[in-house]
Amino acid sequence: MNPISFMTRTRRAGRIDITDILSWVWLIGGTLAVLVPVVWAGLSSLKPAAEITRFPPTLLPRAAVERTVPSFDKPLSLWQVTVDGQQREMAMVRRIGLKAQMVDPANPGPPVSVDVKGMTPVQHLTVATENYTDPLTRFNFLTFLKNSVFVTMVATLLTLIVNAMAAFALSKYKFRGDTTVFVIIISTLMIPLAVVMVPAYLVIVGVGLADNLWGVILPTVASPTAVFLLRQYMLTIPDELIEAARVDAASEFCIFWRIILPLTAPALAVLAIFSVLWRWNDFLWPLIVLNSRENFTLQIGLNAFQGEFSVQWHYILAMTFLSLLPVTVFFLFLQKYITTGIAGTGMK
Amino acid sequence: MAALKAGALLAQAGEAAMRVVEAPMNAVERIFGRKRMPWLFLAPNLVLFAIFTFLPIAIAVGYAFTGGTNLFVSERPFVGLDNFRTLLSCGNYLQPGTCQESLFWTAVWNTLWFVAFNVVATLLVALITALILNRAIFARGFFRAMFFYPVLLSPVVIGLIWKWFLDRNGLLNAFFQMIGVPPEIFLLDVGWSRFFVVVVSVWFHMGFYTLILLAGLQAIPKELYEAASIDAASPRRTLFRITLPLLAPNLLVVFILLMIKSVQIFDEAWVLTNGGGPGTANSFIVQYIYQMAFSSDLRLFGMASAASVLMGLVLLVLTLIQLRLGKRMES
Repeated sequence: MNPISFMTRTRRAGRIDITDILSWVWLIGGTLAVLVPVVWAGLSSLKPAAEITRFPPTLLPRAAVERTVPSFDKPLSLWQVTVDGQQREMAMVRRIGLKAQMVDPANPGPPVSVDVKGMTPVQHLTVATENYTDPLTRFNFLTFLKNSVFVTMVATLLTLIVNAMAAFALSKYKFRGDTTVFVIIISTLMIPLAVVMVPAYLVIVGVGLADNLWGVILPTVASPTAVFLLRQYMLTIPDELIEAARVDAASEFCIFWRIILPLTAPALAVLAIFSVLWRWNDFLWPLIVLNSRENFTLQIGLNAFQGEFSVQWHYILAMTFLSLLPVTVFFLFLQKYITTGIAGTGMK
Repeated sequence: MAALKAGALLAQAGEAAMRVVEAPMNAVERIFGRKRMPWLFLAPNLVLFAIFTFLPIAIAVGYAFTGGTNLFVSERPFVGLDNFRTLLSCGNYLQPGTCQESLFWTAVWNTLWFVAFNVVATLLVALITALILNRAIFARGFFRAMFFYPVLLSPVVIGLIWKWFLDRNGLLNAFFQMIGVPPEIFLLDVGWSRFFVVVVSVWFHMGFYTLILLAGLQAIPKELYEAASIDAASPRRTLFRITLPLLAPNLLVVFILLMIKSVQIFDEAWVLTNGGGPGTANSFIVQYIYQMAFSSDLRLFGMASAASVLMGLVLLVLTLIQLRLGKRMES
């Protein structure tokens, strides 16, 4: 078996050979590697708190069946037990060491002592919807969500407009310094946030936007990637259109708004998709800028939440899932545009 | 239908916006003339750039030469090269413990190891996947989407999902128990946690690089493979004589991009390892900078900036190599 041939051989019609099998093992293994952690976290998010850390874990969310038994205040859990060589369903009153006190739920008499070894809990499938509803009402989750939606929408809208205007100037006008401006903007592509985050925070404090959602939005708006992408696209729009509009006495702004912008729609759509993803998933910069809980975005809120309540996995997983959902739906519908956008522009 | 409706709504909103903005923009055009209009179009972008990109870059270097814990540059004492001296003075660079700033060197070595393993692993996985997806395989679009999906998720979500997967009571331990291996607390073990930070990183990002390599593979002319098959070239020969040489420019871009991105590892590792744990086993350079500057009790902005400047220099070198090689490849 030659690992190189399996990667390169093109399939011969009607014959399955070892390279096809290995390819399939790789593809299916990879698909499982992607899906299993995600689906597993999703299934776990539906489990009741008591069930979530059971080991070994069960696949589907289940909970113990409880029944109210006359003469007992609290509902009792039902167990499958063997009494006198007979399988019976009984309710547990209490448990002392290796023995459990059981009563017949239908006909409660004096409790019988049963060996815990032969007991199995009676369970039924449940979906712990409270994992999802509690965070919505109790833990600021809606505030985080609102902040995230606000940041994503406003930042994307501003990114589109501001960079389209700049790209229009840099692609459709000849003026002194146009190349210089373009080169300066593009050269900042190389500087990652990590390198300038300390002085960038200073600037944010200086302009009074610390712990403010606008402090998260504004620094991300002017994007060299966006200018570059839109400018490259606008260069392909024929200048004759603009000449014709000028002959018809259209103002420059009118040309930009009514002619260039609609024609740039495909590039704007790609940029919009990416901007939404960038802003929705942002972590380090909001982490630096935002301090108070009511200003947290979803990602910061989730991170803070997992630090404070590391045992409450049922809530953490449910909130994780709620924040993953929009991106997943987004991807299902726009999959083609996202992948071709990346293959074409190399941006992520 | 919904898309049409959304489009119509968008057009209406655009029309409304147009009406508000048009009059002042036209007034400006009448006053300053058409020649100056491009500067008006550039203005918002340049103003934001100046405030949030250029100003910080300009301050960054100056910051590195100052000390104290005050945020504002004017109120910070000038300390010359002290920050750099502190960061760089070391008994033996291979042993962070002997360095004055042992945390920095721990972070440097952690980052270097991470970069080495992550670049090799991601490149290999992405290359194999791209080669397979380039074949005429059933449901190719589905698999491509599947491998790509994690790229879009947020690092926080990925950190949390994997943390749950690797939990003491998690699925991986259940699998371990099934095959008779004693369970592990993966993220509290130095070796395991380092291993899984790389695994999670490969899992998260490989789809992106696969896509770039796949684009490169599809640009290779089919005639070359036909000619090779006429000459009865072995698959190994075809791979090494046609596919890989012609893919070299893309491989190089991916390699350099991966290096640049790997040096900046922060988000997913921070969430997954509870901020670099166990101990400092997964503490990386960006985390060092973040903690130096923004941990409530430290606020050592000067040291953080000095570390940023050093990191920036490394990234600059990497970027220049990329540009240089990119040019050579084109010619």
